[in-house]
Amino acid sequence: MALDFSQIIPALPGLADGMLLTLKLLVMAVGGGVVLGTLLALARLSDNLLLSRLAKWYVNYFRSIPLLLVISWFYLVVPMVLSWITGDLTPVGAFTSCLVAFVMFEAAYFSEIVRAGIQSISRGQINAAYALGMTYSQAMRLVILPQAFRKMMPLLLQQSIILFQDTSLVYAVGLMDFLNTARSKGDVVGLPHEFLLFAGAVYFVISFGASQWVKRLQKRFAV
Amino acid sequence: MNYHWDWGIFFKSTGVGSEIYLNWFVSGLGWTIAVALAGWAIALLLGSVLGVMRTLPGKLLPTIATTYVELFRNVPLLVQLFIWYFLVPDLLPTPLEMWFKQGISPAASAYLSVVVCLGLFTAARVCEQVRTGIQALPRGQNNAALAMGFSTAQTYRFVLLPQAFRIIIPPLTSEFLNIFKNSSVASLIGLMELLAQTKQTAEFSANIFEAFTLATLIYFVLNMSLMGFMAWVEKRVRIPGMMGGSK
Amino acid sequence: MKLCTRLISAATLAALASTPVFAAELTGTLKKIKESGVIVLGNRDASIPFSYYDNNQKPIGYSVDLANKVVEEVKKELKMPNLQVKYNLVTSQTRIPLVQNGTVDLECGSTTNNVERQKQVAFSVGIFEIGTRLLTAKTSGVKDFADLKGKNVVTTAGTTSERLLKAMNADKQLGMSIISAKDHGESFLMLESGRAVAFMMDDALLYGEMAKAKSPANWVVTGKPQSFEIYGCMLRKDDAAFKKVVDDAIKATYKSGEVNKIYAKWFTSPVPPKGLNLNFPMSEVVKELIAKPTDKAAE
Repeated sequence: MALDFSQIIPALPGLADGMLLTLKLLVMAVGGGVVLGTLLALARLSDNLLLSRLAKWYVNYFRSIPLLLVISWFYLVVPMVLSWITGDLTPVGAFTSCLVAFVMFEAAYFSEIVRAGIQSISRGQINAAYALGMTYSQAMRLVILPQAFRKMMPLLLQQSIILFQDTSLVYAVGLMDFLNTARSKGDVVGLPHEFLLFAGAVYFVISFGASQWVKRLQKRFAV
Repeated sequence: MNYHWDWGIFFKSTGVGSEIYLNWFVSGLGWTIAVALAGWAIALLLGSVLGVMRTLPGKLLPTIATTYVELFRNVPLLVQLFIWYFLVPDLLPTPLEMWFKQGISPAASAYLSVVVCLGLFTAARVCEQVRTGIQALPRGQNNAALAMGFSTAQTYRFVLLPQAFRIIIPPLTSEFLNIFKNSSVASLIGLMELLAQTKQTAEFSANIFEAFTLATLIYFVLNMSLMGFMAWVEKRVRIPGMMGGSK
Repeated sequence: MKLCTRLISAATLAALASTPVFAAELTGTLKKIKESGVIVLGNRDASIPFSYYDNNQKPIGYSVDLANKVVEEVKKELKMPNLQVKYNLVTSQTRIPLVQNGTVDLECGSTTNNVERQKQVAFSVGIFEIGTRLLTAKTSGVKDFADLKGKNVVTTAGTTSERLLKAMNADKQLGMSIISAKDHGESFLMLESGRAVAFMMDDALLYGEMAKAKSPANWVVTGKPQSFEIYGCMLRKDDAAFKKVVDDAIKATYKSGEVNKIYAKWFTSPVPPKGLNLNFPMSEVVKELIAKPTDKAAE
């Protein structure tokens, strides 16, 4: 089988648009996922039994179902439920649906990382903060979380690299991310193999480069 | 809203032969389990070999294993699946290609592609766990074994691996659960596993909400039972006196 | 007293007369479009020549042109010359839920209007009529459905063909292995790469896939049609106001004869991506459909 990569060059602008969408989805999903994940971790570690149970249930729930199922839920079913509730035709685009699905799903994974990070800070620190007259939220915000985040930064970045690869699953709902654009362009010019290999190579270079960088960071952050 | 709720839909006829929708879910679950178990067998075997290779002295074998891990860990699963399903068959020698495309049923060729794909993908992750497990053992273990006249193979077989595997049961459990969840990508190449059957049910019956709810429940229960099973395994193989062994 | 009555009736008359100007309060899809300033059209990526992507990733095709006629009408109706048009890619499996859940306002592609789907969504007047047949290699020896016994057959997931094929396989015990591919492009890939001996689908779409093939002359559309189906544009149910705008726009295109130009552009002239001509002249049933538009499903 002879491979013909010449058609990739004219397709580059379109592929770049696809990559832009992938990166936009990634950045927003990581941001939302870390925020929601931190809240979940705090709830999980709180003394309030109900909150802690709810957070645990949330994490278990999202960790036991496939991401593809979550994406389909948020793309096909949730907008319908929303319109029953609001009685209005809330326009939810494919991008928003996917973004919400990723945030909700990844938050379960981020929360486990954050929880471990918080637990790795010695108990004495929070007691010391209390002794200084700080409230719970002050102690968390000013003392515990900054240290915890520093410690878990490499793990959070590692999870983000996994998420970068997982964004390709939006193929299932037809969002034009990098992979889907490559598939579609390859189909139009009748060269699906070449475009698939090219897409794989681009994902590899980005993921591999990023993970090498994270490893270097890990050494620097090591306490 | 024009939605006709019907929780009894699973017991209604699909209009295809004499099947009811529940049959589709059962057959889908069967494929999901068949994909995951076969993929896991490959992953565990290959992953262990690679994991050992990474800890061996010398340069060549660790480098091969490291390259493998980086390659399979940094390309999205879906891209790997498309490569195995769409591209690799075209590279095979003609008789093998014909066998794959026409000799066996389409379900079988999709099954083979997805099992190989998930097996090799997960092997890279298992490899890292095995390596971590071996490296977590005190160096004295290795030295003691060699001092007693064990060959390298014997050292791994009788001293290092039995301990390493016990240590890494928790992370291996999560990889084992992941392979069940990841098997849902098979729906994207037309294998009628659980997620594909769910979508088909939603499409045929128009009861999308009920179909997705049942699928979610099945995945949830499956995951919980597997977790329970692995916890049991962990307890069974625990060595008294080691970490957590006294509990 | 009399004067009073007269005044009131005059006022009522005036009010009645002015209703068309101060149109009744908008509801449903029209209200949504007015408020958001955007109309979302569902498009397909490989329903040649109805709705598919050109080389610049822009949706084109016969149905897309008709959808644009509807957009023009909506602009006029809502007095929104700057109405923004957004496209949302749908597949055979996702198109119905996406119209229902509000993601897509109007889907003009290659969607069959049938009684079953009418329970979930509404359809415009018909825009095309097809028969479901087979695409196969000229050398395959397949002439009709009976020849498929024990063979691999591909169709697209979520289509009427998929249902027909699965039911036929069970009823007549043909022992076929049925592949349900994600979209028409992938179905054709299965056929072209030798994984399936035939591809069952709407005949017009099969001609469209042929036009995309590496060597179109190797392929043939064959077999007795298993059903005749009318395509319509899909919209949400119980939205009479929007349906009227959609129907009016399409009927006007029929009446003015402009539809013939659109038809010729996509079915009897060279089309992207390869500049091939489908050579699919207008059938009697389509002529009939254009002369007497209906939103009923085919018999």
